[in-house]
Amino acid sequence: MESLLAYLKKEREQEWRVELRSKIKNKERTSLERLAMPEVDPDIRNKSYCEVNKGLTEEQAIHEARRCIDCPSPTCIYGCPVGINIPKFVKLIEAGEFLESAKVLKETNALPAVCGRVCPQEAQCEKTCFYNEKLKKSPVAIGNLERFAADYERNSGHISVPEISSHNGIKVATIGSGPASLAFAGDMAKMGYDVTVFEALHEIGGVLKYGIPEFRLPNDIVDIEIEILKKMGVHFFTNFIVGKTATIDDLRKQGYAAFFVASGAGLPNFMNIPGENYIGIYSANEYLTRINLMKAAHDDYDTPVISGKNVAVIGGGNTAMDSVRTAKRLGAKNARILYRRSIEEMPARNEEIKHAQEEGIEFLNLTNPLEYYGDENGRVKGMKVQKMELGEPDDSGRRRPIPIKGSEYEIEADTVVVSVGVSPNPLIPRNMPELEVSAWGTIKVNQDTMQSSIPDIFAGGDIVRGGATVILAMGDGRKAAGGVDQYIKEKVRNILSLIKEFKTIGDILEFATK
Amino acid sequence: MLLLFFNFRGLYQNILPGSTLFWRICSSEYQYQSCKMNKIVEKEYFSEAVVKLVIEAPEIARSRKAGHFVIIRVGVKGERFPLTIAEADVEKGTITLIAQKVGVSSIKLANLEEGDYITDVVGPLGKATHVEKVGTVLAAGGGVGVAPMLPIVEAFKQAGNKVITVLAARTKKLIILEEQMRKHSDEVVIMTDDGSYGKKGLVTHGMEEIIKREKVNLAITIGPAIMMKYAALLTKKYKIKTLASLNTIMVDGTGMCGACRVSVGGKTKFVCVDGPEFDAHEIDYDEMLMRLNAYKDKEEKSYEQFIGKYRKA
Repeated sequence: MESLLAYLKKEREQEWRVELRSKIKNKERTSLERLAMPEVDPDIRNKSYCEVNKGLTEEQAIHEARRCIDCPSPTCIYGCPVGINIPKFVKLIEAGEFLESAKVLKETNALPAVCGRVCPQEAQCEKTCFYNEKLKKSPVAIGNLERFAADYERNSGHISVPEISSHNGIKVATIGSGPASLAFAGDMAKMGYDVTVFEALHEIGGVLKYGIPEFRLPNDIVDIEIEILKKMGVHFFTNFIVGKTATIDDLRKQGYAAFFVASGAGLPNFMNIPGENYIGIYSANEYLTRINLMKAAHDDYDTPVISGKNVAVIGGGNTAMDSVRTAKRLGAKNARILYRRSIEEMPARNEEIKHAQEEGIEFLNLTNPLEYYGDENGRVKGMKVQKMELGEPDDSGRRRPIPIKGSEYEIEADTVVVSVGVSPNPLIPRNMPELEVSAWGTIKVNQDTMQSSIPDIFAGGDIVRGGATVILAMGDGRKAAGGVDQYIKEKVRNILSLIKEFKTIGDILEFATK
Repeated sequence: MLLLFFNFRGLYQNILPGSTLFWRICSSEYQYQSCKMNKIVEKEYFSEAVVKLVIEAPEIARSRKAGHFVIIRVGVKGERFPLTIAEADVEKGTITLIAQKVGVSSIKLANLEEGDYITDVVGPLGKATHVEKVGTVLAAGGGVGVAPMLPIVEAFKQAGNKVITVLAARTKKLIILEEQMRKHSDEVVIMTDDGSYGKKGLVTHGMEEIIKREKVNLAITIGPAIMMKYAALLTKKYKIKTLASLNTIMVDGTGMCGACRVSVGGKTKFVCVDGPEFDAHEIDYDEMLMRLNAYKDKEEKSYEQFIGKYRKA
């Protein structure tokens, strides 16, 4: 901690930063208004897959960067799960050094263009921004600036590849290719490790590909960030399920020194109410995977999807918003959210709720499904719902929804998407009985190193958290990279000290065959 | 000195996982290749509609067990669908898949030739069959369901059971894998609907004859959902524990989506991670049949489009 503060202070005292600060008075900086992110018109975008947010222009980015007063104590950094040097990258934007700014992002973040789009900055860096904490004003738009710098670099054709320390030849494996894994792979590769990513699906990217829709995160942006990891020497295997195609033991025999399990929260929850298996009722995972990964909405792709005129999405999280906005784009006349609490309790980001409202999504809050009805072919045609009211706060701190007796009514629905959370993917824990898991099936880890009950196995992301955000998963990946590095260095030290004590060839042979 | 350096580097990177030094340094065969995989090395038509493909997939060949399946995708625009592994050859590094042409995806697969590559093959998936010595096992397979039955019959025979196999199909030319089944079964009974081969009658007729003749400890049924439904009704009548292996619609095959969900004993189960085998007496076959038809209209449409394009070409 001390060294970090000292480092930040030293960086802040660099000549260019001092000069930049003196150019504009703080009073002038704080009087500037936060710029809104330019968006595509709601009536156009809800019929298209185009990205909703257009990104800042160079002038807008410089204007926004000027608002940052480059505080002596940059509290924003503490709000960032991957510890980006926020004032430095923002000030480089102010100075017009956009490519340098992108390099700063990449020092600690393997996926800046992704994070600039999907991070809940309002609950992280922007929440702890000086403007928010002290001035009670809109914080500096750190997320929008991150996206700007990353996009500028990508579009410039001068994409930098982070520097790699000399290769140490030690093989490590990461399981899954979502945000936790990619962050882990980036950090390990920088430290000189030989990293292999094993992915079960046919595409790299995990939830960034199958889950988050194109209108929020275009796939080619994910692919470009993956390309950089490939240039850094990271190996990728698709169609490879660790625990099935090969076990962790098989991989140990191939020389992998440590493993990072980031297999995600891949088991969708259902509500177990009558009629839930009618045709046309999907888990959010299935609905989004068919559309995002398998491109079911494109005529020339073989995968089908049922997306009707009356679509009901159950849930209030970001995944529910992604599903309902996708349904609208596929031509739903009524695309509805059914959520058992009120809009204030919704776990989705405010931006997603706002975008959904603008696009014509109907919100049936304080409403809970009780039963589904199907036609003679077993296709869902409607549902019985019940009104709820809010009682005392529960364990989660949110007010508990209580059913109102006699408030049941019926609504039409030809497609239903159930988005009420996910459970950890059971494939790895099921195949490793000695791995300690919680009652919910999440892998238990040391919070500092992400090490599991098996010394060479580390874990992070949703398989540990049970369902969280891209950036928290990436934070886990970075932490685990530190943990694995420490674990391997200690192991190497132990082996070297043993080797020092060898006196005869016999000793070596005995050690080697152990 | 250089040699020493390399040896030393090899030493420390290879000692780490705790395996033996010499094994590590001498062996490179266990390294995964990033080259193209899933090459079709052999293709054979069992009938006009049923094709056998032998595919290079060394990792799957090594780790698969009876009951496991794979998910495949043909072409980057293809859909993901499950196929059970009929046979595997660890030494050659191949697995055998048997597919029936029923829609666009299976026709695309059947149209591939020896030397072609399948875009994606992933597995082995699902839980392996729990194989133990129980006494007499009655295995009833219908249509291409005989393919996934083969490794199961083989495994139960190897475990010391008496295995009686009933193979059923509409007509003689749709009976597959008879020779292989005879190799691993104590007795094989053939049933055809039209009486063109073996005995005339349904699979259940053949099963009941055996159940009446001798004590059966375990029955296994794999085939069309409707066949399994009636086979299960029959064995329930005689109180014989029965397993059915289900083939439902799937997308990822790893428990992520829930497309494959079925009701077993009143509870929702995922065929991909909880199955594919379940207690045949507890399965809701009507719901399963209903869900299998989820995309029937869309499939028919895309089939017509596909055939239209195919004819033009």
